[in-house]
Amino acid sequence: MAKADFEVPELKEYPEIPSITPGVMAHSRPFIAKPEHQEPLHFPGELVDNWQEKAIAKMGELQGKYRSLQVYLDSCVKCGACTDKCHYFLGTKDPKNMPVARQDLYRKVYRRYFTFAGKYFPKLVGAVDLTKEVLDDWYSYFHQCSQCRRCSVFCPYGIDTAEISMAAREVMDSIGVGQKYCNEIIGKVFRIGNNLGLPEPALADTLEGLEEDVEDETGVKVRYPLDEEGAEVLLITPSADFFAEPHVDGLIGYGKVFHQAGISWTLSSAASEAANFGMFIGSYENMRRVSLRIREAALDLGVKRIVFGECGHAWRVAYSFLNTLAGPFDFLDPRYPVPQHICEVTHDLIQRGALTLDKSANDDMVLTYHDSCNVARASRMGNKPGGQFSIPRDIIKASCNHFVDMAPDTIHDSTFCCGGGGGLLTDDLMEIRVKGAMPRMQALKQVVEENGVTHMAAICAICKSQFTKVLPYYGFSMDKIVSVHQLVSNAIVLGDKE
Amino acid sequence: MPIEVNGKTLETDEEGYLSDLNQWEPGVADVMSKEDDLVLTDEHWDIINFLREYYEEYQIAPAVRVLTKAVGKKMGKDKGNSKYLYSLFPYGPAKQACRYAGLPKPTGCV
Repeated sequence: MAKADFEVPELKEYPEIPSITPGVMAHSRPFIAKPEHQEPLHFPGELVDNWQEKAIAKMGELQGKYRSLQVYLDSCVKCGACTDKCHYFLGTKDPKNMPVARQDLYRKVYRRYFTFAGKYFPKLVGAVDLTKEVLDDWYSYFHQCSQCRRCSVFCPYGIDTAEISMAAREVMDSIGVGQKYCNEIIGKVFRIGNNLGLPEPALADTLEGLEEDVEDETGVKVRYPLDEEGAEVLLITPSADFFAEPHVDGLIGYGKVFHQAGISWTLSSAASEAANFGMFIGSYENMRRVSLRIREAALDLGVKRIVFGECGHAWRVAYSFLNTLAGPFDFLDPRYPVPQHICEVTHDLIQRGALTLDKSANDDMVLTYHDSCNVARASRMGNKPGGQFSIPRDIIKASCNHFVDMAPDTIHDSTFCCGGGGGLLTDDLMEIRVKGAMPRMQALKQVVEENGVTHMAAICAICKSQFTKVLPYYGFSMDKIVSVHQLVSNAIVLGDKE
Repeated sequence: MPIEVNGKTLETDEEGYLSDLNQWEPGVADVMSKEDDLVLTDEHWDIINFLREYYEEYQIAPAVRVLTKAVGKKMGKDKGNSKYLYSLFPYGPAKQACRYAGLPKPTGCV
């Protein structure tokens, strides 16, 4: 087991709603961004002098810009349906991690400055001034929300805590209080092209290495091309796919699928990142700047299609916002969705019989599938409702003989976040990450014990890295998490079709 | 928190990485590993030296697969995997070995 200087939640036989322990996570705060992390994103370097006034003005601006935000702030009736739905509440017992309480951190300030009752009778409506203590609470608890939107599924009004979280982070960034992890990374995307800071020569070297490895293993020359003009497909994938395990095994799988289908494809060194952390910090401007790289790369390389690799929130940005952020994409082939998910590509090929998959290659595994929050609740796949649930599962079942789903209230649109999404995948937040993973670990433990599940597959780089780190805290080995296209990669029969 | 290396005081950031990577010298790895109660062996140094060579050429830490392949070539196939690297650096080759070797921390979804 991994060592922890905090209490790792115990996995019970059945999910339990814990009794509350107020303030138990108040100490959890990520490192603050330094001026050099803030300025490339056009945010003030440090807390500005008139921060209170600026923050309130920013809140007003956001309410005007995003009608949804105002509706969410006004419509909560305190019914309590959300209170036991957040993985961070279930794992920490801190009542401020109940979605309604998290929203109220913002709502009570909103009421004070933007509603009649709050302006004149603040105490009657729970309205408070924006003080330094309130700001500190914001920084702490809005970085204990992974913006997974599970609570919004259960809210009768559809209030989306993620959107309130994003707004709070945007307000904080605008007064110079940013989170180091997200903001340093967005800066790297602008400067180098990806979250990792992987420069073009290192990327080229890494891809060359993959080509050698795949040829050694299979005897087939599968290509992993970079910056090839005139390719049909531009693949936009998280940079973790080049760098980490099990991510890279997924990338190897994408390459094999393209190879076997005879589709020419390329990666781009300028847009060598699918992730868009601009969404996590609620910054439209930064989200747009990150997205525009993809458009530019597609135009420069003259591709006909854009395909996204396994990355959860990237797919939300791509599926839901890319067209308005960086469109129109009228220069792409209109016969294909813009953009397309790699799972849609593979699924389509499987359905048309274009791939031969030898399921027995994965016979050493019993699989389950973790629905990643942004794919499950903020996007879709294919041309049928629920395609984002069925398509990845269909791919797994076409590649493996043994598949079991976890408990129904922990999958599909009720899926539990991995605990590391929304910009929390950083070492300085390890306690909240481990505790927030508890509900997913509980569901996993059940299928491990009852069905002999050995591995869990996912289609999100954050989920994969998060599980690699947190599985050992719960007594599981770190390599229990696999990429969906890793399973395809194991099963695919390369070469001429018989 | 600054660290003392051969009589010099070197600044580190909040995550324990050297603030100025150009100040790296082998003593840095010795001091950092002592703080982690880890004794550096020749096997550890093989990894640290490879990381530094790669970093000098590419300005980034090697991908896990690049590293395991290089280790496998040099020290035998049974060692060319992440399990071996984690046995040497329990906090992970990317985060612990890079810190000792004076490389920047790999950031992103890793």
